[in-house]
Amino acid sequence: MAALAQWLDATAFSQAVRRAAWLIPLLQSVHILAIAAVLSSVAMIGLRIAGFGRSQTVAATAGRFAPWLWIGLIVLAMTGTVLIAAEPKRSLPNAAFQLKMLLLVLAVASATTMAVSLRKHPLAWEGNRCGGAAARALAALTLALWCAIAIAGRWIAYAQDT
Amino acid sequence: MVVAPLAAIALSGPTALLDMLSTTQLSVFIRESAWAFPTIESTHVVALALVIGTIAIIDLRLVGWASRHRPYIEISGEVLPWTWAAFAVAALSGFLMFTSQPVAYWANLAFRLKIALLLIAGANVLIFHLLTCRSVARWNHAPSVPLPARLAGMLSLLLWIAVVFLGRWIGFTMTPV
Repeated sequence: MAALAQWLDATAFSQAVRRAAWLIPLLQSVHILAIAAVLSSVAMIGLRIAGFGRSQTVAATAGRFAPWLWIGLIVLAMTGTVLIAAEPKRSLPNAAFQLKMLLLVLAVASATTMAVSLRKHPLAWEGNRCGGAAARALAALTLALWCAIAIAGRWIAYAQDT
Repeated sequence: MVVAPLAAIALSGPTALLDMLSTTQLSVFIRESAWAFPTIESTHVVALALVIGTIAIIDLRLVGWASRHRPYIEISGEVLPWTWAAFAVAALSGFLMFTSQPVAYWANLAFRLKIALLLIAGANVLIFHLLTCRSVARWNHAPSVPLPARLAGMLSLLLWIAVVFLGRWIGFTMTPV
């Protein structure tokens, strides 16, 4: 990982991004806005599954917010990739970063499971069939994972040289 | 006992107040602890993400870019309580971060601009709720709402995006004292 960071750090692209002093805070700001889209979408779907805001069905709520989740995730991946390439030594060997990537895999798996299950067993998700408890637990887990990802992301700045 | 410091504040402006704040136990603790500041900052990020994401749901309805066929009151009733709860957490965690280095934050241009934009955003909310929203019964179900309401939504979107940018800028421009 250190060798990869070393090589990436020396590339012309990495150096160019670092040289433009405004680019990294700009990318981080876009990254945060995309986090807002993802976290809020997951929260809105999760709250509906938990029984809040019943004016729309779970399926309708998921349909309203799922696209924002996936678009937000794409923006996060793009800005995140450039941020890693710009400062690979800050991220790749960093314990908080590595934890974040692990949590990311789990969160995407959890959200995908929800999306697939919603399509296959819509009634269980509307809370009028057995399986409601499992649905609520999965929704809570997904939200907790995305919060943990944002928290781990901020800790990258503090987990240097550990 | 309290009169002397208060008189000092009156004479020297906010500097004395900021100095005083920076000597409180809370300030010293957040400044010197290895985990307190990152923990508060992480909480701030999660809370502000929820503030901006949920308020955007309302703003996008007003501007007419999403949820055009849902009644405005239904959306705001379901979403706004969470926005306010998240805002309370964001404001408290933000104040705690400020407390750790009040003099340095106050001296920072990005911080001042961010506070100014937050005040404008607050005024926007106030004007919307006290004046614009009074006619909501007439446009609650309308996909396209009257111009003042649309403007309030657009202004809110722009202000919160700018607040995020300025917030991140503080981290890159602040010089610790």
